[in-house]
Amino acid sequence: MSDLAVHARGLVKEFKGSGGVRAVDAVDLEVRPGEVFGVLGPNGAGKTTMLRMLATLLRIDDGEATIFGVDVKRSPHQVRQLIGVTGQYASVDEKLTARENLRLFGRIHGLSSKRAGATAVDLLGRFDLEDAADRTIAQFSGGMRRRLDLAASLISQPPLIFLDEPTTGLDPRTRGQMWDTVRDLVRTGSTILLTTQYLDEADQLADRIAVIDRGRKVAEGTSGELKASVGNSTLALRLADPDRLDEAARLVARTVGRTAGRTPESGRLTVPLDRADEAADVLIALRETEIGVVQVSVEEPTLDEAFLALTGEHAHDKDDPGRSNSSMSETDLTNEMEASR
Amino acid sequence: MTSITATTGTVDVGSLRGHVSPLDTLRQTILMAGRALQKMRRNPEQFFDAIVQPLLFTPMFGFIFGGAIAGSVTKYLPLLIPGILVQTALTTCMATGVTLREDMEKGVFDRFKSLPMSRLAPLAGPALADCLRYVIATTLTLIVGLAMGYRPGGGVLGVLAAGVLVVVAAWSLAWIFTFLGTVMKSAQGLQGVSMMIMFPLTFLSNAYVPVTSLPGWLQSFVNVNPVSHIVSAIRSLANDGAINGQVGWAMVGCAAVVAIFMPLAVRGYRRQA
Repeated sequence: MSDLAVHARGLVKEFKGSGGVRAVDAVDLEVRPGEVFGVLGPNGAGKTTMLRMLATLLRIDDGEATIFGVDVKRSPHQVRQLIGVTGQYASVDEKLTARENLRLFGRIHGLSSKRAGATAVDLLGRFDLEDAADRTIAQFSGGMRRRLDLAASLISQPPLIFLDEPTTGLDPRTRGQMWDTVRDLVRTGSTILLTTQYLDEADQLADRIAVIDRGRKVAEGTSGELKASVGNSTLALRLADPDRLDEAARLVARTVGRTAGRTPESGRLTVPLDRADEAADVLIALRETEIGVVQVSVEEPTLDEAFLALTGEHAHDKDDPGRSNSSMSETDLTNEMEASR
Repeated sequence: MTSITATTGTVDVGSLRGHVSPLDTLRQTILMAGRALQKMRRNPEQFFDAIVQPLLFTPMFGFIFGGAIAGSVTKYLPLLIPGILVQTALTTCMATGVTLREDMEKGVFDRFKSLPMSRLAPLAGPALADCLRYVIATTLTLIVGLAMGYRPGGGVLGVLAAGVLVVVAAWSLAWIFTFLGTVMKSAQGLQGVSMMIMFPLTFLSNAYVPVTSLPGWLQSFVNVNPVSHIVSAIRSLANDGAINGQVGWAMVGCAAVVAIFMPLAVRGYRRQA
């Protein structure tokens, strides 16, 4: 038996009806007690599906998973006593007030009426919801719902908390508040598995990160390790003429053999570099081709670049038009490089 | 403030409970019924069908069919009122399934599923709370009937017993719709299917017409239809104050429906994914 909070081996979920597409495809996961583990990936990568399987909400089609050594498939009832789940869409009752919700969940957990009431008051205070305690959830803002949802997950003081995209759809200020709440939880010793599509969120909160793309785990490590995997530094350029972005990217590929990240809207180009002095090679090449540059900086790579580098392989797939700002595919580049010889 | 914290380190897996005890199931069912009642109070629209149907259908059927079937409205009422009691209850319990289906589409069911709680309680709770709606529908139907000139021979006790039987029957038959609620994808679809079950079940029974007026092949279906037995049982309780074999058959029919559809509903709920 493992001492890990979450131990998954070869997790598979196949949805019928979508041509047998594997939403989660042979994912391994190890979450240690007391850490915040981030599952990072674009929309539709299979993050939520994976989390729902671990939380006994979806059947595991293949593979094994244990929560603190308890088998998820064989003993779902026991697993449910170890976890708290906060869903992407608030899993509280819209028609009831905040207090009624917390009391109901407390009573379901077997607390006496009095203790359930006290727990509700305690949690409402802790999550700064006292003023809204007797309003129905339908009148709550997005941020308040998430906080109440998280509060409801803590009633039984579970050793493991699942947070599914805790800040998706929240405004920046509310997002910051949610992050603080999560950090507080970490201080009290909770183990947290959170999914997110925001790199800065993973960077801010998670001790370790697994990057998931199209149902597969494409990388895992601390945010530092993931950043390091794309090179030691990043050259960031802003072109005078954004229309020449593709041309510039091809030039970069020829000069230093690297895939550049492109942001067409702002005419920005980011180039991961092994050595900072490669920056000079790029700049000279641009000057020779008379591509104007209005801004230059050499930065530590961000998790963004790591993410694009890790998930960018199929950015040009026709069935996925939603990710046009990722880096050029390797095959494209190879063709370009060959054509230029 | 700090009394609620999650724990870390070694987790005592040995102390986890293996299953939900029957007592906890009952406790949680009552909690879920309380939740459903609270929601009814906030959304009185849910009482609409239970209130309007008796007020509308009882006079409507009485005045339309009374002369043709029994010669006069007053003579038709002893036949009609038990029938319409059951029809109203059935239509009201159809809504049990639809309401549950709508409820299950909300996020809160994710939480119920992720909690170490009974799998029966989230279904049995609303079903229990809906008994309030059956009581309202039954009482109103009887009041309208009395106002139209229905004079039940079974007396107060007989009518009371008939009322209890209607509510028990509605609760039992609601498990059919609860089961459909756990396996069907949408509330609209469920509504359609429910209507298709409800109409043959009530009209292909002895609820509105004497069975002898039907063709033979239809009679054989009508005679095995549990709704016929329930209607007959209510007639003998309300009109004669007699507890006879029909009451026994009605109870057996209800028990059979619950025995089949309650486990199916729980299975459907467990398998939702």
